Amino acid sequence: MNSMILAVDAGNTTARNLTIVLFLAFVAATLAITIWASRQTKTATDFYAGGRSFSGFQNGMAIGGDYMSAASFLGIAGLIALYGYDGFLYSIGFLVAWLVALLLVAELLRNSGRYTMADVLAFRMRQRPVRTAAAVSTITVSIFYLLAQMVGAGALVALLLGIRPGTTFLGMDADTAKVATIIMVGALMIIYVTVGGMKGTTYVQIVKAFLLMGGALLMAVLVLAKYNFNLSSLLGDAAASSGNGAAFLEPGLRYGVEVAGNATQTFYNKVDLLSLGIALVLGTAGLPHILIRFYTVPTAKAARKSVLWAIGIIGSFYLLTLALGFGAAALVGGEAIREQDRAGNTAAPQLAEALGIDFFGGDLGGAAMLAIIAAVAFATILAVVAGLTLASSSSLAHDFYANVIKRGNTSERQEVNVARISALVIGAVSIALSIFAQNLNVAFLVALAFAVAASGNLPAILYSLFWKRFNTSGAVWAIYGGLLAAVFLVFFSPVVSGAPTAMFPDHDWQWFPLSNPGILSIPFGFLCGYIGTIISKETDEEKYAELEVRALTGAGAH
Amino acid sequence: MSTDTPADAPTDSMPERYLTVQRSDEFAGLRRALRGFVFPMTIAFFLWYALYVILSAYARDFMGTRLFGSNINVALVFGLLQFVSTFLIAWLYSRYADRKIDPVADKIREELTGGES
Repeated sequence: MNSMILAVDAGNTTARNLTIVLFLAFVAATLAITIWASRQTKTATDFYAGGRSFSGFQNGMAIGGDYMSAASFLGIAGLIALYGYDGFLYSIGFLVAWLVALLLVAELLRNSGRYTMADVLAFRMRQRPVRTAAAVSTITVSIFYLLAQMVGAGALVALLLGIRPGTTFLGMDADTAKVATIIMVGALMIIYVTVGGMKGTTYVQIVKAFLLMGGALLMAVLVLAKYNFNLSSLLGDAAASSGNGAAFLEPGLRYGVEVAGNATQTFYNKVDLLSLGIALVLGTAGLPHILIRFYTVPTAKAARKSVLWAIGIIGSFYLLTLALGFGAAALVGGEAIREQDRAGNTAAPQLAEALGIDFFGGDLGGAAMLAIIAAVAFATILAVVAGLTLASSSSLAHDFYANVIKRGNTSERQEVNVARISALVIGAVSIALSIFAQNLNVAFLVALAFAVAASGNLPAILYSLFWKRFNTSGAVWAIYGGLLAAVFLVFFSPVVSGAPTAMFPDHDWQWFPLSNPGILSIPFGFLCGYIGTIISKETDEEKYAELEVRALTGAGAH
Repeated sequence: MSTDTPADAPTDSMPERYLTVQRSDEFAGLRRALRGFVFPMTIAFFLWYALYVILSAYARDFMGTRLFGSNINVALVFGLLQFVSTFLIAWLYSRYADRKIDPVADKIREELTGGES
């Protein structure tokens, strides 16, 4: 298995140089697109919603590019490579979740909103309290997600460029390279958003979606070709190389782990698995950076088409990931993967190298494949962080500045300028927080973002669209109730303290036994929305009639 | 620029017209057609997914059962069926919306806006 270890060891710099060249090519291409997009961006609708000019197919690809993060690509491939079946189980929640978006949210949101999630929530409510709550929730979710991506990017670059403790790259040691990466990723996402707006961001996401699908497809085909397209023998080999035997192909190595002789812990682990499943399925349709993508198409029908394309591309991607994960387990082996990265994040690049050596003429082919997949991984991170920055800066400018501070009395130009400044500020804050958190285990923040979205945003959105009686008080209660419950429970959970893998492993204030709060915080969010509604007398029949007619027919839609 | 109130409402009597439309039989039919599909389907796919996760947590022997004398087990097939059901529901909804929702929605919208929107 020695030849499978990343070739960047032992002075083999071919892969490293090629990675950098490909990555720079991607950056150059996306910057060119961004500048082109900036010339097409004149109005607020252009900046926030790409002029609503994208087709269902284009937006479907962009949704894929926005949604399939490095946590999906490297994370799920790595989970499958190390824990087998459970990685696959994890990916399924991310796909099924799109049915909530398709059936309940996408079209109605497209028809009734304009630029942000709060447009729909505040439609028939008092503007200031609802928009403030929505902005708080949007920025919280986006920053959690951003932090996980950016800290992950820093660690990844050090790994992929093979900068180990004690070695240097361009005069940087591993820690400096991490900080440099975080700053570079942050700077690029600020440029994409401030210069290119939604148009630039969308094209970056489309390009990334094609690169990611292309890379994953190539690797999956090579893996399957190696096993003569016999899935059973791939699985058998993966199970054998994993060191876990048949258990590798069954649920239980990672989620809902059965701890021998500890019935309580076993019980909690299994409830935790259910909790994770619920949050994944219900979270997607409440993620602000996903929701604003529905505004980039001209009609509700196009919004529906874009979700259909997104389901197609995301589903296909997770099926490919299955081949990548089991392929990495079989061809690279669990031991070699853990040696590179204990969390398995380098499984896909390691597999790329192994396949390159096998199929494309030895070390040079291996270096080329590794470089391609590493560059795809960087592109993946950039597209996702740009979407997150755009969502949070849109909300800050459109919801908080224009409607809460200025009470709607601001010009379009002013509002867009504030959005650009917001992107800069959010980018700078994210860079600073990421540098602070770079050595902490913040991978749980992605799951937390889903939990907050499912607990606070989703109840507010669904009640808004389907419940006539819903009102300002209900919306504010749902958002703050769900948000605070999720954050509060996670703060006292084993992912923050009291466990060796926690964010603060040396402290212990943990008392909540589950890593995922969803099973409690989601019903709590819905309950808060209900209680908040019935304790207030406010109803606005005319505005609800307008919202409902508009949502269902598209009359008066922007 | 006010960003909230739909300033682009064609006439002053729009709020009342929305109320009239909302109370019309035609609109009630549209609402029923939409909710009659999406609510049961949402419950169905959620329960189907919940069943999968619950079996993964509590019925591991069953999930580990091998099929066709190969390394393919019930858990893998069950997981792949989640993909199949997701694709299938998406396709069914798209077909249903094209036939039963869009024509009615388009008609009501045109009546309301005079074909402007």
